[in-house]
Amino acid sequence: MTETRNYIIKQISVFSENRPGRLAAIAHALEEEKINILAFSIAEANGFGVVRALVDHPKKAYDKLTSIGFNVAFTDVIAVKMRDEPGGLYEIAKILGDAKINIEYSYAYSGKEGAVLILRVDNAPAAITGILTGGGTLIETSVFH
Amino acid sequence: MYWNKTIETLSPADLADLQLKRLKTTLAQVMKVGFYQKKFRDEGVRLEDVKTLADVSKLPFTRKQDLRNGYPFGFFAVPLNQVVRIHTTSGTTGKPTVVGYTRADLDTWSELIARNMTMVGLTKDDVFQNMVNYGMFTGGLGFHYGAEKIGMTVIPSATGNTKRQIEMIQDFGVTAIHCTPSYAMHLAEVAEEMDASLDTLKTGLFGAEPWSDSMRAELERKLGVTAYDSYGLSELFGPGVAFECPERDGLHIWHDCYLVEIIDPVSGDVLGDGERGELVVTPLMKEAMPLVRYRTGDVTMTIEDGCLCGRAKKIARITGRSDDMLVIRGINVFPSQIEHVLLKIPEVGNQFMVYVDRVNHLDEMTIDVEIDKGHFSGELHDLARIQKKVMKQLRDALELRTTVNIVEPGSLPRFEGKAKRVVDRRGSM
Ligand SMILES: [Zn+2]
Repeated sequence: MTETRNYIIKQISVFSENRPGRLAAIAHALEEEKINILAFSIAEANGFGVVRALVDHPKKAYDKLTSIGFNVAFTDVIAVKMRDEPGGLYEIAKILGDAKINIEYSYAYSGKEGAVLILRVDNAPAAITGILTGGGTLIETSVFH
Repeated sequence: MYWNKTIETLSPADLADLQLKRLKTTLAQVMKVGFYQKKFRDEGVRLEDVKTLADVSKLPFTRKQDLRNGYPFGFFAVPLNQVVRIHTTSGTTGKPTVVGYTRADLDTWSELIARNMTMVGLTKDDVFQNMVNYGMFTGGLGFHYGAEKIGMTVIPSATGNTKRQIEMIQDFGVTAIHCTPSYAMHLAEVAEEMDASLDTLKTGLFGAEPWSDSMRAELERKLGVTAYDSYGLSELFGPGVAFECPERDGLHIWHDCYLVEIIDPVSGDVLGDGERGELVVTPLMKEAMPLVRYRTGDVTMTIEDGCLCGRAKKIARITGRSDDMLVIRGINVFPSQIEHVLLKIPEVGNQFMVYVDRVNHLDEMTIDVEIDKGHFSGELHDLARIQKKVMKQLRDALELRTTVNIVEPGSLPRFEGKAKRVVDRRGSM
């Protein structure tokens, strides 16, 4: 358990109506706090959406966004390193498939750690164990403050 | 317990006989009022046309604005020297409405209050603190005289100085209180701050503003009382028109004194039991200021089922004002019904906005509601589930399909005083 905990990353999930300027408001607020957005995605349905973001200071981002009225929740995700070349995604997908890990959603970014796939899975500890056993590389929690 | 068991438990046939007799007396009395003489003449209504209770539906309505136009004494059917008291109701706009009472009116009114208080188990052994305005507002003196009639020990504490109110409850061993539900909440909070015990209290009578069942539960827990809903309006004497019995499942309205109709506020048609509409009352025992088919503006319905206590037909607790009613695809919708549904869903807030549009000749209702801060999980599918839940519960309650938008907490307008939650865009293009 202690080991898997080192790989669980706090994504911030922000409730947002689909109206102009909401994403800009979120981005501007984070910029004011000098928070770096490493990756984000927007999921939407029926007039509302959730902005998911991986930031370098999740707690600070949470406090800032909450203070200006946003509804924010932390969501546990994991981040897998991906070889930035053909077949990189397949490798990861195969490991996850073999380990029978259910992906709820995922998005990717490319940073100084190289290409990274962020995964929201139904059972994070099991996924972590599966990925590590399958030979994958996970980004450690300590990368985020 | 009954104050006047014979009259409170009359058989339906005897009650109807009494109502018809009193209706005829009342109609003779209203013909002493200039407004009604002219109104009946203009509408070609003759008193001989009223032969049965149902014939009352042939008579014209009386509206609040009519009473305002009669300021000050235009609706009095007796000379001023027979009017022993005057109250007024505050008008949010313009002149107040004046109501007058003969000595017999005051007797009738206090008798009704005595019935209500006895109905919920209060007797001359109770100590009663009346924490409402004693001025022109009818709530103060109305309850005061009713409680005295029973022989209770009455403390006319009126409003204000909550600490002193709490000391009196303690020092005088008060067992029953009357106030608005919001003042009761304030009282409970101050008592908590003072760490004061209110353990002599057993009965709370609350009225003059709408209050929810969850507020009832909270007041009962905080004050240690059984809470009863009280309904009335100055035009019909004041408080005491209808009151909850110990079953607390609807309010008994005193049919020997008030002829009750529920109407569709738009068409004016009389509705049946279980159909929500505007309460229209023809008082049967008013001398100084008799009224015909007075439109209360309050929304309720008559309840078909009888009551264990043996009294006559109840009305449901008031759920709003008829001015707020919307007609969507032929179905009457009151914003208060929407509020009622939302109150029961913890995942969303209690603020809402309603938008009505006409799309392809069909009315479409859209309701914006805020997600409750504590219930945002961060997952889109949870939001979709909440949205579906709200739509389903609204459909069950309104019998109408609606579109529900889940919006950010704090993003909907807050209203001080009268809320404007409905935007009807059907007229505009
Ligand atoms: Zn009853």
